[in-house]
Amino acid sequence: MNPVIVISPSDNVATALEPLESGRVIAAATPFTVRESIPRGHKVSLCVIPMGASVVKYGSTIGVATAAIPAGAHVHTHNVLSARGRGDLAAAEPAVDAARLAEPPADKGAP
Amino acid sequence: MTASSRPSFLGYRRPDGRVGVRNHLLVVPTVICSSVVAERVAAAVAPIGTALPHTAGCGQLGPDMTTTHETLAAYCGHPNVGAVLVIALGCEQVVAQHLADAARSAGKPAHIVAIQSEGGTIRATTRATAIARELVAELAAMRREPCDIAELILSVKCGGSDYTSGLASNPALGRVADRLIDLGGAAVLGEIAEIMGAEHLLAARAPNPDTARRLIRVIQRVETDAMALGFDIRGTQPSPGNIRGGLTTIEEKSLGATHKGGERSPLADVVGYSAPITRKGLTVMDTPGLDVESVTGMVGGGAQAVVFTTGLGTPTGNPIAPVIKITGNTRTAEAMADNIDLDVSGVLDDRETLEAAAERLFDEVLAVCSGRDAAAERLGHREFAIHRRNPTI
Repeated sequence: MNPVIVISPSDNVATALEPLESGRVIAAATPFTVRESIPRGHKVSLCVIPMGASVVKYGSTIGVATAAIPAGAHVHTHNVLSARGRGDLAAAEPAVDAARLAEPPADKGAP
Repeated sequence: MTASSRPSFLGYRRPDGRVGVRNHLLVVPTVICSSVVAERVAAAVAPIGTALPHTAGCGQLGPDMTTTHETLAAYCGHPNVGAVLVIALGCEQVVAQHLADAARSAGKPAHIVAIQSEGGTIRATTRATAIARELVAELAAMRREPCDIAELILSVKCGGSDYTSGLASNPALGRVADRLIDLGGAAVLGEIAEIMGAEHLLAARAPNPDTARRLIRVIQRVETDAMALGFDIRGTQPSPGNIRGGLTTIEEKSLGATHKGGERSPLADVVGYSAPITRKGLTVMDTPGLDVESVTGMVGGGAQAVVFTTGLGTPTGNPIAPVIKITGNTRTAEAMADNIDLDVSGVLDDRETLEAAAERLFDEVLAVCSGRDAAAERLGHREFAIHRRNPTI
């Protein structure tokens, strides 16, 4: 059984099928060394992913790297951001109070 | 392929031409106020009798009232239901006669008992239970007969997803959906928020630009609704459990989730919540991601059975349709064995090919549609919740 699975050839992350320990060498298409422990089911970077670049799984983008990610790193919510459904960003400030919720939705960046 | 070699199942042919995989007496309350009486009546004639307890039926305006009415009527007309007993209160907004008519126009018997005109809980329960006993006796005499697989509308659903969902259970279910559609059947996929990020793949399968546009429009509406609240959708999508399971963003969850709608079948239609599914091929229904509301809507649309993939394990059932659970997570298959119908975890450690897993799932669907209880039915899971978008007034 492979320790990781790469779903599409254009992916820059793999999914760990078992817990991966730091220092383990993974024989992917381009072999890489695991830099930190990766829980089962979590993603590991196959190559360097620059800050702001797309993180690609299933051959499609799943989000944007919020930091430069070296090969073999844990790729999860600490270094990837979704580009979808971010009403907090549309509201321009993270704190939301009841008065804001009462405003008509049209004021909140409807397309 | 000759007619006799086509996959078939043993179902109930209804007078309106539809085919059921169950033969329930549906005891349906018009309003939350009559739900307890409905549950007591159904319990007296279980498991043929099944209730539809809900929290709606009054204090609703406009679209929500319409959704409640249409969802309850859809269940009364559903082919998995052989007879209907409406439990009314008397002063509510939902019209009992409308529900009885939905059943009668589908050619099945329907009766109404109203708590106010009957003279209270005890008299209403007594009278309704007597009627229920007679209806159940009629239903018990009905027999299943061979039905072609093209009669099936299969709801495809996922919940409690983890990394195995997108790698094993959803692709296995997708192969079943594609095969069913190849054979002339239909599948329905809901949970619009969980298409967000994968809509380009589904839109490309639309045979015409209008269907693709309708898909994109409904996804934009859900995204706009979520954004209009001023919150980050990550508070619910992916869920905290999804994130612990390794899913990072809604896009990632969606790309894995959309696999369950097949890889190649045409996107035939995009319909509203609980609206009738009338086209062969894959229909997308506008449902929320909340499992029970989503399953409730897809069954309302006419799906006779549900295949529900799960990574973390979840018990959800439905009052009238079998909900078949499959998992690609070997630990969940063991830890929640009572809830799981099929373990496809072998796909991930090379014990089984995806094709072989899909073949087993296809056979399981036919067996359950022919009468074998799904785990959720054996456990008495009959969750039902009508989606609402507006406040109760």
